Amino acid sequence: MFAKSLRLATAAAAAAFAFCLGAAAQEQSPDALVKSVTLEVVGIIQKDVKDGDRRKLISVIEDKVLPHFNFTAMTSSAVGRNWDKATPEQKSRLVDEFKTLLVRTYASSLAAYSNQRFDFRPLRAKPTDTDVTVNVRVLQSGTEPVQIDYDMEKRPNGWKVWDVRVAGISLVANYRTEFDNQVRQGGIDGLIKALQTKNKSLEKPAAGAKK
Amino acid sequence: MAALLLSGAAGCATTGGGDPRDPAEGFNRAMYSFNETFDQAIGKPVATAYHDVVPEQGRYWVRNFFANIADLWIGANNLLQGKPLDAVTDWARFGFNSTIGLFGINDVASEMGIEKHDEDFGQTFGRWGAGDGPYLVWPLLGPSTVRDSAGLLFDFHFDPVLQHDPKGVRYATVALRATSKRADLLDASRILEEAALDKYVFQRDAYLQRRRSLIYDGNPPRASRDLPRAEETAPVAPRSEAAPAAPVSTPAAATPRAALPPHLDSAIRLLEEPAQPHPGDVSGSSGS
Repeated sequence: MFAKSLRLATAAAAAAFAFCLGAAAQEQSPDALVKSVTLEVVGIIQKDVKDGDRRKLISVIEDKVLPHFNFTAMTSSAVGRNWDKATPEQKSRLVDEFKTLLVRTYASSLAAYSNQRFDFRPLRAKPTDTDVTVNVRVLQSGTEPVQIDYDMEKRPNGWKVWDVRVAGISLVANYRTEFDNQVRQGGIDGLIKALQTKNKSLEKPAAGAKK
Repeated sequence: MAALLLSGAAGCATTGGGDPRDPAEGFNRAMYSFNETFDQAIGKPVATAYHDVVPEQGRYWVRNFFANIADLWIGANNLLQGKPLDAVTDWARFGFNSTIGLFGINDVASEMGIEKHDEDFGQTFGRWGAGDGPYLVWPLLGPSTVRDSAGLLFDFHFDPVLQHDPKGVRYATVALRATSKRADLLDASRILEEAALDKYVFQRDAYLQRRRSLIYDGNPPRASRDLPRAEETAPVAPRSEAAPAAPVSTPAAATPRAALPPHLDSAIRLLEEPAQPHPGDVSGSSGS
């Protein structure tokens, strides 16, 4: 009996290991990736996150979601034509600040989650495509479904999201005018400063709510 | 009026450059400030109180009641947009929800898998080929465009709640509907507050993007694919060599497009279309 369960456990471990290897070797399809990450994050929120605890939400996002985003691509696209004017150092600061802002905003969106259901749409793309859009719809009784589109690109280290469109609103495009205005008023440094100020202002209420 | 126009001119001067989609930015910013003040003083507090006092089930009933009435006009718009099947769906929703759903307070149709749509006359105009026109912000009504404002006149005219006759009942139901809508947006408005550097600009761009998406029922022709996103984490091959592999679109050609009004934008895309075959993921949009 004991031997049998031990054998089962080893088999299970081996299978799990083989699965990891397989996943690394042949790589998850982008729609399967979106589905598994979404369900995992929602599962954690439902189980472990109490009263929209922001610190916990942010750590979940950093662990589970961030690895699948290409923040350099998002930032360069949001900064648009001014991106080439930035020095490498300015670029990396822009990416950091924009990432912080997006993570905070994302945490707030997740805090608002209340048991909506998801409809994961089958991917309409050829297996050879390296730039695809994965559609997920959030279903809620009494309102029309909300469509979320993940624009993803195949990178050497896996599929990476470079834009998210919620209800047709592209996150990256929506920041473009704002960023452009900031650069026009205060140059690249002005934009970095504006992002820093914004991020600091978001820290305060969260810290206050902790007490 | 003169004062408004003057403040409009002043507003344009301070923001510098100005967005071609928003020639009345000064006026719009003034209306926006008024709306913000109104929302802080009345809209948000009332909605918050409603959210805190009325249990979730009650809010659900109220939301559905008004959503059900709206389905009639949504169906009419779908018909006008040449989507009779969607129109039938909308009216079927109204039929089921008004009867089995008890005057619409339960959304049994959604549970049966008959999905709700989002249509209005502004979208119908858009479907018929009307461009956005300049962006406009109206007191209390919020973001709009010239096209959507014209649409609103029809929406209001055919709104059973706004046309309801004993005036006392009408005002009460309009207020309840507005409160219910604002309460549903409490989370969204907080997120907007957090996300935006300049809330006016953020809201405007979101509105224009959203409307474009709605007119195309969630499948607008791809614009974002063409946008410059050079220099990602790993440096790629020099541009001259990489060019033939990528869908042909240099940042120089793509950048000014972002600032163009949508009708010009789509005209340009039409011209470029043969050079940019869309991959399979956007073609079968009629499937759903």
